[in-house]
Amino acid sequence: MEWSILQQYGPSLLKGFGNTILCWALGTVFGMALGLVIALIQRYAPRWVTWIVQAYIEVIRGTPFLVQLFVLYYGGPLVGLRLDALPAGLLGLTIYGSPYFAEIFRSGFRAVPHGQIEAARAIGMSELNIVRRILLPLGLVSALPALVNFSIILTKETVILSIITVPELLYQVQRMSTETFRYLEANLVLALFFWGLVEAISRVGHRLEARITKHLVERT
Amino acid sequence: MPAASSVEIRKVNKHFGSFHALKDVDLSIPPGKVTCLIGPSGSGKSTLLRCINFLEEYDSGEVRIDGQLIGYDAPGKKMSGRKLREMRRSIGMVFQQFNLWPHMTAKENVAEGLIRVRGMSKSEAEGRAAEALAKVGLADKMANHPSRLSGGQQQRVAIARAIAMEPKLMLFDEPTSALDPELVGEVLNVMKTLAGEGMTMVVVTHEMGFAAHVADQVVFMEKGELVGVDSPDRILHHPEDARIQSFLRTYHERNSF
Repeated sequence: MEWSILQQYGPSLLKGFGNTILCWALGTVFGMALGLVIALIQRYAPRWVTWIVQAYIEVIRGTPFLVQLFVLYYGGPLVGLRLDALPAGLLGLTIYGSPYFAEIFRSGFRAVPHGQIEAARAIGMSELNIVRRILLPLGLVSALPALVNFSIILTKETVILSIITVPELLYQVQRMSTETFRYLEANLVLALFFWGLVEAISRVGHRLEARITKHLVERT
Repeated sequence: MPAASSVEIRKVNKHFGSFHALKDVDLSIPPGKVTCLIGPSGSGKSTLLRCINFLEEYDSGEVRIDGQLIGYDAPGKKMSGRKLREMRRSIGMVFQQFNLWPHMTAKENVAEGLIRVRGMSKSEAEGRAAEALAKVGLADKMANHPSRLSGGQQQRVAIARAIAMEPKLMLFDEPTSALDPELVGEVLNVMKTLAGEGMTMVVVTHEMGFAAHVADQVVFMEKGELVGVDSPDRILHHPEDARIQSFLRTYHERNSF
């Protein structure tokens, strides 16, 4: 092992890690937002709209992320969609994550007891208020563990963005490896960075969960 | 206390798939009186009750609150959501499973409808919520979440949530069926107080004592039909119909020891 080369490559690795976190964070936030919209459409839109949305879910879930990225980045320009690597990667992550997030939200909504929705209808609350005040807060609580779990899965999907030349961590690690032949050191650094990131997300997730379920758990 | 509503139910039918849950039901619910719906499970009591605020959509017939048709503008033509919400504002409902919103405190549960539906300011709504909770004997539990309340307390919060809206009609769907026996009394007492104030109440219940002492009218249902509509005394103590007699016999056998 020769750790001294890290001095030389440290800054670029850190920059790569920064990009990894950026791609993960934005991809997760946008993917969740799109997933939430899809889940609400599935719940409230007319039948034919939900069919279209369902088809989208099936196609995205049924194809590899790598293929989706290729289609977006190399196929996009054929239909006038020219994106730089980073925005293309972000869009790809957003699209890739959205159906999974949508399914998580859908099951979260289903976990809200129907009686609590009926209670709101019975006093004359509008559907919009019911979504905002009852369905979303309670559905999110049930969905949170699965949301955190899938966010963790997404951290590791970001490495695929290196293939369309997004300068994230794996991209930098590969550059370092091919330039120095120090494969082991480079990849150990990569593993360490990811482990730290996942650990942090999972801790934040647990704290969040403890906080929002504080009043929901029956204590005797 | 605002004016009490009357309810007219005419030839109401309801199907769940091929199951005929309500068969040409006719019933008049007079204003300011307590009407108890009794009968075996699956007889359609709860379904009928839920048709009154259109949580259950009846297939045909009419349900009129103070003369106004609920759920439909005309036969077969659904009412707009806005109009339905307008009508529901003056109909309170209490459920078997309480259905409080678990992420809100008792006070927030009661204030929610006042803010979102009645358009009150937060402080005004919370003042009104505090009054309603005091009325059901829970002035000291306002800051508790439902998870920190007993079943009886939760049901009283649910009643406070309904009465804070100043309804002219209250619907109770087996309000004490999910409660431990020792907690039933506190809920029935609140209901008796309400009845004493002249609220129109429709109560689906298995509490024959409540029906006997508080109801002005008792309705016995079986298999989606009204078998008997009469005074509590005539239905509970001198029933003529064999089906009512048999139901009460089972009830007494189960409750005697």
